[in-house]
Amino acid sequence: MAEHGPIPATVASIERRVSAIEASLDARGLHPAEFIANQRELIQDHWDPSNGARVVARAWADPAFRQRLLSDGRAAVMELGIPMPAHHQHLVALENTAQVHNVICCTLCSCTAFTVIGLPPDWYKDLEYRARIVRQSRSVLKDMGLDLPASTEIRVWDTTTDTRYIVVPLRPPETEGWTQERLASIVTRDAMIGVSGL
Amino acid sequence: MDGMHDLGGKQGFGPVRYTTNAPIFHAPWEQRVNAMYSLAVKHGIFNMDEYRHAIERMEPRHYLSASYYERTLTSLATLCVEKNLLPVAELERHAGGRFPLALPSAPGRGNSINRVAFAVGDSVRVSASLVAGHVRMPAYVRGKTGLIVGQSPAYPYPDAHGHGVAADKEVTYDVRFNAMDLWPDAADPAFVHVGLFHSYLEPA
Repeated sequence: MAEHGPIPATVASIERRVSAIEASLDARGLHPAEFIANQRELIQDHWDPSNGARVVARAWADPAFRQRLLSDGRAAVMELGIPMPAHHQHLVALENTAQVHNVICCTLCSCTAFTVIGLPPDWYKDLEYRARIVRQSRSVLKDMGLDLPASTEIRVWDTTTDTRYIVVPLRPPETEGWTQERLASIVTRDAMIGVSGL
Repeated sequence: MDGMHDLGGKQGFGPVRYTTNAPIFHAPWEQRVNAMYSLAVKHGIFNMDEYRHAIERMEPRHYLSASYYERTLTSLATLCVEKNLLPVAELERHAGGRFPLALPSAPGRGNSINRVAFAVGDSVRVSASLVAGHVRMPAYVRGKTGLIVGQSPAYPYPDAHGHGVAADKEVTYDVRFNAMDLWPDAADPAFVHVGLFHSYLEPA
């Protein structure tokens, strides 16, 4: 890498561009390497869909908690020790029923309740999901493996503000009498986004 | 702005590339760049609305061909350059080649002066105005009528916050639209809910 002289006319590789900005931020004393390592740990160990799974299991097993979750989602998840970023001031729990199915998206970018259900998976951020889920919800869900009965009402929620959403999936009937821990073990990220059943 | 990012309802896209247990990141650089934009927000170099708007300002060919985290990188670099934290020549010298940035921003705007308080159950019409700068009103609801089903606390108003314009925070309303009203005879039957800032809404 030449420190002086002309810069090549071709676009630098993505890895070189990322390293360039990291070097520049480091030179300004922002310590990017530490922050990157810290965030990696948060993503792996703390912002995990198992948080949301605990919330769902508790809502299934505890009617009073379910009511608190539906009326103030943010307070209810924090009650379980799950962190909410300061700007996520409002969390709406969307309860699926035999008649109603909820599904979450962000058509403008990629917003999610990441501390509760984890950072969004690749397909959630892809152009296809963002373009199609609001307009072709039933067809898209079917293509993704969720074939809903014709009588089910579909409700799509586009995350366009700092309000965040979590879908409370239908509890499978065979789970009657299970412990909350066992219930949580079957709740998936994709079911809390609303593209998958359980 | 009516940018390439405003994808809701756009036609012609193929199947969602869905896999169960899909990854968040595909390469280590993706997590690095994701952390670095958070670092910049934490240090107050820019806010989330400025961050989103710099992605929206990417030239459409670049937007569509870039991966999600290349868009993150482009926004981060664009804002660091625009705010005179990093000269683009330094970035390009370190990178050993060109470092494409987003295009310049149009001006932002303040709150609507005619805001009427709404309540759950009210019918509202979404403003038909065209906005040159940052806005969190997807084009697919522009001018459409819906029903308020929820209300949020007050958040920074993106149309101002994304441009350094002083403005009041605003509540947002979750508004329920019928997909058949949004795209008559050209959508799967469903209710589509969009969180909309107070300034975007008028009584219906």
